[in-house]
Amino acid sequence: MKDTKTQTNSTTSSSLEKAGLGHLKIATAGSVDDGKSTLIGRLLYDTKSLTDDKLEAIQEKSKQRGFDYLDFSLATDGLVAEREQGITIDVAHIYFSTRKKSFIIADTPGHIEYTRNMVTGASTAQASIVLIDARNGVVEQTYRHFFINNLLRIKDVVIAINKMDLVNFSEEKYNIIKGEIEYLASKSEYKNQNLTFIPLSALEGDNVVTPSKNMPWYKGETLLHHLERLDAEDINEVSQTRFPVQTVIRPKTEEHHDFRGYAGKIYGGDFEVGDQVAVLPSQTKSTIKSIHFFNEEFTRAKSGSSVTITLNDNVNVSRGDMLVKIDEEPTITKQLNATICWMDKEPLQASQKYYIKHGVNDAQAKITQLNTIIKTDFSGKIENPSALELNQIGDIQLKLSKPLLVDAYNKNKSNGAFILINPKTNNTVGVGFIKSPL
Amino acid sequence: MNQKTLQVDALESEAIYILREVVAQFEKPVLLFSGGKDSITLVRLAQKAFFPAKIPFPLMHIDTGHNFPETIEFRDRLTRELGVELIVRNVQDNIDNGTVKEETGRYASRNMLQTETLLDAIEEFGFDACIGGARRDEEKARAKERIFSVRDDFGQWDEKNQRPEVFDMLNGKIDLGQNVRVFPISNWTELDVWSYIKKENIEIPSIYFAHKRKTFLRDGLIWSADDAVVFRDEEEKVEERMVRFRTVGDMSCTAAVLSNAVDIAKVVEEIRDSSISERGARIDDKRSEAAMEKRKQQGYF
Repeated sequence: MKDTKTQTNSTTSSSLEKAGLGHLKIATAGSVDDGKSTLIGRLLYDTKSLTDDKLEAIQEKSKQRGFDYLDFSLATDGLVAEREQGITIDVAHIYFSTRKKSFIIADTPGHIEYTRNMVTGASTAQASIVLIDARNGVVEQTYRHFFINNLLRIKDVVIAINKMDLVNFSEEKYNIIKGEIEYLASKSEYKNQNLTFIPLSALEGDNVVTPSKNMPWYKGETLLHHLERLDAEDINEVSQTRFPVQTVIRPKTEEHHDFRGYAGKIYGGDFEVGDQVAVLPSQTKSTIKSIHFFNEEFTRAKSGSSVTITLNDNVNVSRGDMLVKIDEEPTITKQLNATICWMDKEPLQASQKYYIKHGVNDAQAKITQLNTIIKTDFSGKIENPSALELNQIGDIQLKLSKPLLVDAYNKNKSNGAFILINPKTNNTVGVGFIKSPL
Repeated sequence: MNQKTLQVDALESEAIYILREVVAQFEKPVLLFSGGKDSITLVRLAQKAFFPAKIPFPLMHIDTGHNFPETIEFRDRLTRELGVELIVRNVQDNIDNGTVKEETGRYASRNMLQTETLLDAIEEFGFDACIGGARRDEEKARAKERIFSVRDDFGQWDEKNQRPEVFDMLNGKIDLGQNVRVFPISNWTELDVWSYIKKENIEIPSIYFAHKRKTFLRDGLIWSADDAVVFRDEEEKVEERMVRFRTVGDMSCTAAVLSNAVDIAKVVEEIRDSSISERGARIDDKRSEAAMEKRKQQGYF
């Protein structure tokens, strides 16, 4: 394609022109009616991210329904059924920017029957906001969301204690809730989490974007200020380099007669030309000959980059294979121990068969054992259950039809998770976190 | 070779990853090309994903017959330069054979009629994955879309029963007769797309830039008057204004905005300071609060 003739040298501050970090992804969670949509609407409104036409629509709708305030939740709830019931059914993605940062918020349902959608929204998040209604304190859904944030190892979690205006901005209330969550955190296996507690009123705007005049006892930062300070690079854990091959590029043209490139995305660490690599599962050794991105070559490529790599030896590589550094090999295994979050109406039972998708690799999987159901209020486990129902979380063992190249999720997030697919319906029925290869 | 370190932007990497998954997981993918900035961006991403090989799927344009001439000319030239196959299917054919009925009245548009033509074409060619340039920031119902969005024979979207999409694992398993709509730039904002076009120096149709055009006002929006498809009342006075278009849909439902932005840098600036959302100028979205969701359930893109 020819270039445009209008060459310019002006700089802009868009996310795409910053050094590759894109947007910071935040998941919100909380119980029904905790005011998540209102909080997001408030964030948009106070950062002037709501365009005039959207704001007009909200004003008009609020008036139509006879509300005496602006119903910000109308900014996010997009499905007819959601508007009818006034609840959030599915994850909505909301985009806004301040002068310092661009954000994607995955606004996830609080309703218990949509927990799987919450996991969906939180799985790609670098930070999470758990909302609590100050009047009700910690409820079942709070436990569950807090648990899921820990299971997913989301590093930065904000506990937003909302509706402070309805409890007279009571510091005592805030401290009771804070204490309960800190006690939960002490029982969690994941110790690297940054917990921040913020008392706010989404409806009135206290501590969302502007500091509250009603809570002089709170000396911390506002929610937006906290989010602006987060750096995706600090939040993402560094781990060993993994390069799962998505597809092999062979142009077979005069010009590129012998080109054979492996296309994929680099996870965890970096790759350099000259690196000694092992091709898995065959365990053939080679070295990196070149790293391509479109029509350019690079000596080094950073984690998160979708590239095309060529090797110095003519080895047989295909989709699902993985390139890793010689002394950083994952486990090659046909059996797994995993924690699974079940997402289907049809329960999981031992001895059932599914497809497993681990990154870009597929195999068949049989559930060999259903060990426990883990109670999401941190109160323990149920041993040897007969089934795992929708929205339950448990420990299982799996047998695979072919070896997969895996890491434990707590060592390598990108290579430690998988999904299960029901072969009869093709639905994604569960998401698993590898504890250990067997 | 000089020491050069690469860090691809997260959005660009994500889109390339998705396009590669499509080619690996599906038999017959197609890129739905409208000639607008989003689908032009997709074409550039597809070039990058498979370089030095050519884009391994055809482009398909569902032509309402009401496109800006600038767009059609651009479409033909681009596909010729890239050496990719272009499939064109016309809404007019469905009107002629009676499978759809032309709307009448002052808001008549062929935008809704595209769905039928698209579904026919999917069936005709047996496409199992249709790549589109929809973005989640465009509209509330789209904010809920998955990246792989499964549709049945009728193109229907069941919004209450979407597959969970966790991490970046994309489940493309479907039954015969189903197809998947794929949205690689789901997570881009309008500003991201414009910044990318600027950074990559991608050529786009001239109607995106400010130009003098015969226009008239209706419902507070500016409409192009130099074509016959927009039904105009006698009292709607035609004046020449300096305008550009923010989206390139069907001429009958795409309004212009007043603008002096004659190049990309100025467009990016204007978008950043703008206070009306992109689809605010699309009359067909305003028909009812649930407009987009209804259309999507019926198989609209």
